[in-house]
Amino acid sequence: MSDIRYTNDHEWARLEGLLVTVGITDYAQDQLGELVYVELPAVGTAVNQGDEAAVIESVKAAGDVKSPVTGTIVEVNESLNDSPESVNDDATGQGWFYKIEISDTSELENLLSETDYNALITELS
Amino acid sequence: MDKIGTVANTTPLYTLHRELDAKIVEFANYQMPLNYPSGIITEHRQVRESAGLFDVSHMGQIKITGDNAADSLESLLPTDLSKLDVGRQRYSFLTLETGGILDDLMISRFENHYLLVVNASNKHQDFNHIAASLPADCTAELLDNRSLLALQGPLAREVMSRFSPDLSAMQFMDTMVVEVEGINCQVFCSGYTGEDGFEIATSSDDALVLAQLLLDQTEVQPAGLGARDSLRLEAGLCLHGNDIHPNVTPVAAGLSWAIPASRRKGGSKTGGFPGSEPILLELENGPALTRVGIQPEGRAPVRAHSEIVIATGESIGEVSSGSYGPTVGRPIAMGYVKSTYSDLGTELQAMVRGKPLSVKVCHLPFVQHNYKRH
Repeated sequence: MSDIRYTNDHEWARLEGLLVTVGITDYAQDQLGELVYVELPAVGTAVNQGDEAAVIESVKAAGDVKSPVTGTIVEVNESLNDSPESVNDDATGQGWFYKIEISDTSELENLLSETDYNALITELS
Repeated sequence: MDKIGTVANTTPLYTLHRELDAKIVEFANYQMPLNYPSGIITEHRQVRESAGLFDVSHMGQIKITGDNAADSLESLLPTDLSKLDVGRQRYSFLTLETGGILDDLMISRFENHYLLVVNASNKHQDFNHIAASLPADCTAELLDNRSLLALQGPLAREVMSRFSPDLSAMQFMDTMVVEVEGINCQVFCSGYTGEDGFEIATSSDDALVLAQLLLDQTEVQPAGLGARDSLRLEAGLCLHGNDIHPNVTPVAAGLSWAIPASRRKGGSKTGGFPGSEPILLELENGPALTRVGIQPEGRAPVRAHSEIVIATGESIGEVSSGSYGPTVGRPIAMGYVKSTYSDLGTELQAMVRGKPLSVKVCHLPFVQHNYKRH
């Protein structure tokens, strides 16, 4: 059973056991435009909730991915180095950024549900 | 159209941009399309491979009339208008007493007037600057009823010739007045992409019909400001406000080619423009800083304002424009470095997010210009 949660900064976090997969939302990729560069964190890095964990660059702008949860990075999506555009094509699937072993599952409660997130982006658009 | 106020202006094509589902951004106090749903990279490639239509109606068009217009303009621009024939245009810039660049522009000569096309963000300032220096027998008018479209790309010529066969023979920097399906147009064979193409000035009342007519051609797709910026950067062309500005001279910017011999030391009309002393001195002695192409070695784009350093960490310059070049398929940039570090191949570092990234001084442009020349 998986549960997907969102941040106000347009990251998503999908919990499977103690592993959380992190990416940016379809709304975020659409706002950024075609990505041309992704800088992923190193496996083993400890990050806190809200820390800058990855860098993303489109033709027009640079942005960052803030970690939705605290924990240790256990896997990164190396394919994004060669194909950053897969974030645009499939933001919540093939375009995931990293998997993190979560330290405190209660942090997920601070995040937005799908309904709340959809309400947020409706307000923004 | 050009009201002063907090609400951004729109061009006559604004409703069309909305219908085409463009992402609208505010630029130079205008609501302009950044890109259409196809995206910046697709629009960029469309211009390199076929033809793209840009709305550049936000740019300023300043009409100068009067018997002494040429002399008056030569007191503001380091150019020689006696060598500018009717039907031709050229690139120049308004200089400041310090030698800095107030704005860059295109000046064209028509039968009874000169037309200056200036940057959108600077148009009111430029107009005031010009109007303040003109003698009583010359008039400057910032045209608020004119629009400007740019049709750029290798197939632009074929498209335009379909409507006006005379345009097929135009060479780079030629201008013509023609009718396109009954619409009176001033056509300029120039652009800001490095490709063959045209800029078309027309009445704001006709701009929408003209744009729709051009977009109906199978070769043409709309292109926004995002692609305009990536195209001009690949073509090594300066953006005023980034690569050139009041604190940089034309010599440092590598634009000395636009200052003819007659305005230089020993020329028939030497000096006589704002900042001529420092500029002519710098032409002789060489500039302290030089604009160069910058090739990042990795995949990370290096953006404007990134500091450029040498191995010791000493700062020797700054990136003025940087992005990803969709045609070359890698990050590209340009910037200013101390002239001693401006040789092709010089290995430098650009500071990106606090880390030094390897870059090399490289040749400009990043893609070859495809202008049709005499």
